[in-house]
Amino acid sequence: MIRDPEHETMPRPELEKLQLERLKIKVREVYDRVPFYRRAFKEKGVTSDDIQTLADLTKLPFTSKLDFRDNYPYGLMAVPLEQAVRIHSSSGTTGKPVIAPYTQRDVDTWSEMMARTLATAGTTKDDVLQNAYGYGLFTGGLGFHYGAERLGAMVIPTSSGNTKRQILLIQDLGTTVITCTPSYALILHETAREMGIDLRDTRLRLGVLGAEPWSEQMREDIEERLGILAINVYGLTEVIGPGVSVECPHKCGMHIAEDHFLVETIDPETGGQLPYGEEGELVITTLTKEAQPVIRFRTRDIISLNPEPCKCGRTMARMSRITGRSDDMLIVRGVNVFPSQIESVLLDVEGVEPHYLIVVDRQHAFKSDELEIWVEVSEEVFSDEMQKMEGLEKRLRSEMDSVLGIAARIKLVEPRTIERTEGKAKRVVDRSEL
Amino acid sequence: MRIKQVSVFVENESGRLEAILEALQREKINIRALSVSDTAEFGIARMILDNPEEGLQALRQAGFTTRIDWMLSAQIPDVPGGLLNSVAKPMAKAGINIKYFYAFIGQVGENKAMVVFKPDDIEKAEEVLKSLSVGS
Repeated sequence: MIRDPEHETMPRPELEKLQLERLKIKVREVYDRVPFYRRAFKEKGVTSDDIQTLADLTKLPFTSKLDFRDNYPYGLMAVPLEQAVRIHSSSGTTGKPVIAPYTQRDVDTWSEMMARTLATAGTTKDDVLQNAYGYGLFTGGLGFHYGAERLGAMVIPTSSGNTKRQILLIQDLGTTVITCTPSYALILHETAREMGIDLRDTRLRLGVLGAEPWSEQMREDIEERLGILAINVYGLTEVIGPGVSVECPHKCGMHIAEDHFLVETIDPETGGQLPYGEEGELVITTLTKEAQPVIRFRTRDIISLNPEPCKCGRTMARMSRITGRSDDMLIVRGVNVFPSQIESVLLDVEGVEPHYLIVVDRQHAFKSDELEIWVEVSEEVFSDEMQKMEGLEKRLRSEMDSVLGIAARIKLVEPRTIERTEGKAKRVVDRSEL
Repeated sequence: MRIKQVSVFVENESGRLEAILEALQREKINIRALSVSDTAEFGIARMILDNPEEGLQALRQAGFTTRIDWMLSAQIPDVPGGLLNSVAKPMAKAGINIKYFYAFIGQVGENKAMVVFKPDDIEKAEEVLKSLSVGS
């Protein structure tokens, strides 16, 4: 069901005209109201008058996660703080999280965007939607919640966890749509099986899954085991949260909300804009965000764009699945983890050059993704007393938990265990590679 | 008397202790006392070597994380109650906590045993031993 045919099936020339109009307004806004952007534009010798066509987008500077860190917490806002009615947050590259404020209008715009997202995936107002994305600072919980309510579906706000009860509710309340991460969908299946329940016998028919990368194979597994259509959804906190793009039931790419986001792909090395169809890093400019608009945000996600109209009738360009990252970020249990965060903790606690290895155990039956960090015991931190070594381990674990936002195991290891390599150290391995 | 102890960080995996002993044997270093304390993941091997500085180098070269700390050694009568009366009771009486200790391997003297330990206050502990004329 197309919720907003006027925008979703707008002919591309008209859509581009709308985007240009909105871009011009946004560029002027950030130039006038956000010192960071004014400085960045001046450095590139560009003003809002220089934006006359969509191609002029390439004149504007990029924004990166580092800019969020350097302007933490409110330095990128385009409105006074009093106008913000909500904050969401996600992992930053070091100890500081990314802060995303929303005005009331942002919340309303986002809710409508999410209603459209769910409708595109096949949700209707008659659905019973169980929202198992985490509620709180994470954009997934409240993002999907407001969208589902706006659509008119009935929301069961379970958030994540308490899996046995979730399964009970799926059965007893007649849940038809589940929104959660793909790995959690598999955990639901495994736990149900343990309980002697076949989720295919429930009224579950649709899953809107995202917040972490997942393969076609995983989709097939999920669809088969839960008896649902599993739809991919994409977004990021820096530009809004979920709602940037979503698949329609044809599952041939995720439709981007191009009336709200101007997207491009670039060569991650040179920054040069790429033509449609070529794989590159997704860059997003917000066209309707009020509290914290973003110009040319480098997502680090590698995708390709397809502007052809879809079988469903939508004209909004589709993006492929994410095929990789142009940085070293990991996603573990739906949470972004940067090796640089880990490094900052080790430097903080150990006070010496950290040699570490991140070992990831990817999700499989009964178990969600697990993160283990091997930390080399240097002479500076080594003690002859067991109590002190255990204390070190404990301190590392608790600092790591608080900076990463998820629990990671710490394993203290001998110097020989972590390979020294010439050039860039391989910091992350999968458990299967060990 | 004060005595140097070499301690080594060891992962709890087979072959690690062997590697330590081999590194020492290669440099012809003799072990006088040895204790390994462990958790599920790792251990700390503590040793009294006949040449602690050379031992430290040998272990470093073999890629181990290692250090030297001062311990106290005490010669005690090799009879029931020897350790209790010569070391444990006096330390407790003086309010000194012993972090760990272990014993020497092999012959020390006629009817004598030798222990090495880490008190939380090494100076005070040394005084206590001296005042009791506990041999070293």
